[in-house]
Amino acid sequence: MTDFKRANLSMTWKLLAIALGAFGFGFALVPLYNVLCSVTGYGDQTKLLQRVKAIEHPDPSRTVTIEFLADVASSGGWDFRPVVRTIEVHPGQIYSAEFIAHNLTGHASTAQAVPNIAPSMVAAYFHKTECFCFSPQHFALNEERKMPVRFIVDPALPKHVDRITLAYTFYDESSRVSSAR
Amino acid sequence: MAEQHAHAAEHDDHDHKPHGWRRWVYATNHKDIGTMYLIFACTMFFIGGAMAMVIRLELFKPGMQFVDPQFFNSMTTMHALMMIFGAVMPAWTGLANWMIPLQVGAPDMALPRLNNFSFWILPFAFTLLLSSLFVPGGAPAGGWTMYPPLVLQNGASFPMLIFSIHLMGASSILGAINVVVTIMNLRAPGMTLLRMPLFVWTWLITAYLLIAVMPVLAGAVTMLLTDHFFGTTFFTAAGGGDPVMFQHIFWFFGHPEVYILILPAFGIVSEIIPTFSRKPLFGYEAMVYATASIAFLSFIVWAHHMFTVGMPLAAQLFFMLSTMLIAIPTGVKVFNWTTTMFRGSLTFEPPMLFAIAFLFLFSIGGFSGLMLAIVPADYQYQDTYFVVAHFHYVLVPGAIFGIMAGVYYWLPKWVGNMYDQTLAKWHFWLSTIFVNVLFFPQHFLGLAGMPRRIPDYAVQFTDWNMVSSIGGFGFGLAQLLFPYLIWKCVKSGERVVGNKAWEGAHGLEWELPSPAPYHSWGTPPSETMIARGAAH
Repeated sequence: MTDFKRANLSMTWKLLAIALGAFGFGFALVPLYNVLCSVTGYGDQTKLLQRVKAIEHPDPSRTVTIEFLADVASSGGWDFRPVVRTIEVHPGQIYSAEFIAHNLTGHASTAQAVPNIAPSMVAAYFHKTECFCFSPQHFALNEERKMPVRFIVDPALPKHVDRITLAYTFYDESSRVSSAR
Repeated sequence: MAEQHAHAAEHDDHDHKPHGWRRWVYATNHKDIGTMYLIFACTMFFIGGAMAMVIRLELFKPGMQFVDPQFFNSMTTMHALMMIFGAVMPAWTGLANWMIPLQVGAPDMALPRLNNFSFWILPFAFTLLLSSLFVPGGAPAGGWTMYPPLVLQNGASFPMLIFSIHLMGASSILGAINVVVTIMNLRAPGMTLLRMPLFVWTWLITAYLLIAVMPVLAGAVTMLLTDHFFGTTFFTAAGGGDPVMFQHIFWFFGHPEVYILILPAFGIVSEIIPTFSRKPLFGYEAMVYATASIAFLSFIVWAHHMFTVGMPLAAQLFFMLSTMLIAIPTGVKVFNWTTTMFRGSLTFEPPMLFAIAFLFLFSIGGFSGLMLAIVPADYQYQDTYFVVAHFHYVLVPGAIFGIMAGVYYWLPKWVGNMYDQTLAKWHFWLSTIFVNVLFFPQHFLGLAGMPRRIPDYAVQFTDWNMVSSIGGFGFGLAQLLFPYLIWKCVKSGERVVGNKAWEGAHGLEWELPSPAPYHSWGTPPSETMIARGAAH
């Protein structure tokens, strides 16, 4: 083999090795991606869990009043109200409340509740872990049903806040069609 | 090699070559392999073009006219795959095969058998891909970007897509290795790196990009394959994976890939403009460094293809600013091409016409690219026809015009005959007018909110879609002139007298007789020839 051919071959092998390395690099991007996420804290599950843990620390020394409001978007057709008007809660503890809806539209219907929190700057400290407002609710003719919402108030809630209002507006199919029109 | 030199010299005069099918199937001659690559690319260009015609036909009017939505989506997906991997990339490899040995004074490519292998992979890869049109569930329809989970739902064509991508990747990696070894080891004595023609330089950089990123694509599609068939969960959230990660890996390949498609065009234009301006290229070294900078930057901008998937603000700013940085070396290039023409003795033969159109229209594509780089604006443009207009401006009057300029420039050297220049000018004007009728209105459609990859649209988009479709049909028909011109040139073109087909041409390829002998540079070119060629 001439020097010339040897030089060609050795370079070919080196370049093939680079290509092979690049193939491996494609796979190395998978752990690298996770490393990057944990460094930047973006989409990091463990941090989220830590945050949840931090929230779940009941603080019995503090009491906050939660008010419930219920409203129906289109007049008539529904009876929608909270089971209790207010409750007293301790931040860091999970509570559950119920709302009652009664379908008086005269036919089966689907409705969705849209929540609103007042004062609005408190919304970041009011966590709903489960809510009937997360999905549309189907009601048979004349059906009446209790629907739960579970929530936890963040212990980091600013000190001056002692009252939070959770208000729901109930939209059924007819109001959606009319707003689209 | 020494024996080969002697052998080549001995046969120089009567162009000894094998006859019949053996010449092509067992081909090791760089000119034969280059020709096969170019014919292959041209064939794929027309198949991919036919798919584009189906798309424009369906979009001529709102509503569903000719094809069902699934087939329409197959057409957009397959059109992209055929054009990128079947037409543009093999065309560049074909031109590299033909021209690089001639331009650096080498007797052939460094690895002729590997060269044969990397070409002959391609017909199999594309037969596999095209045959997916006939399997249950139809051809791939989830977009050429192959995002999971959609791509995994494509039935029998999915593994065919993955394996054809593997084959195309292997072919281009081997082709790129061949180019690098040829340029690094086979340059004639005296042909220093900074004397090389810019087509060779841009191809050297392109080849390194190919070697670095094609394997990453192979890795990404392998992960898709194992996710689908072997229970891995790289991109499946249920198993701890993340579909967004595919987009990161894909675009880590994808952005350098767009420079793989365009850099050789920069090289060709950098040779044609000085020839027909009768002036040396302005800022040769700046061109080399600008190309290298673009190649480097291409590795750190990928996430601008996916701003809307959600990423930290710092990442959005980084990718936005690094993307905009690319405008600087690109601006250097455009400035140098323009300055080369400034006060030159310009003539407008077909290669020059294509090169000038490239300069104008590629810049338009570059500007819309800058618009897309702006994060808040990108949220509006994402997945609209504005994006379609942008990348077609850089790929059709960019890459494709670059290829055509190259073919019109070197065709007389290849066959020894001059083509019909009047007809070639017709081809140029029809292409240039229709390509703008085709793609310019798509900017308006995109800004007005028309999404891409849909077979039907709201009625207010009708007018510009009709205009765009008319442009599409015109452009498609005009391209039929191209193979006819080449055929006519080979059969009955006027003989080229002397070595130079163009008065102002410089470079080693023009020191050889026309047509270039089957075995060239058996004796390396002299120092004077090299100095004369590298007149920059």
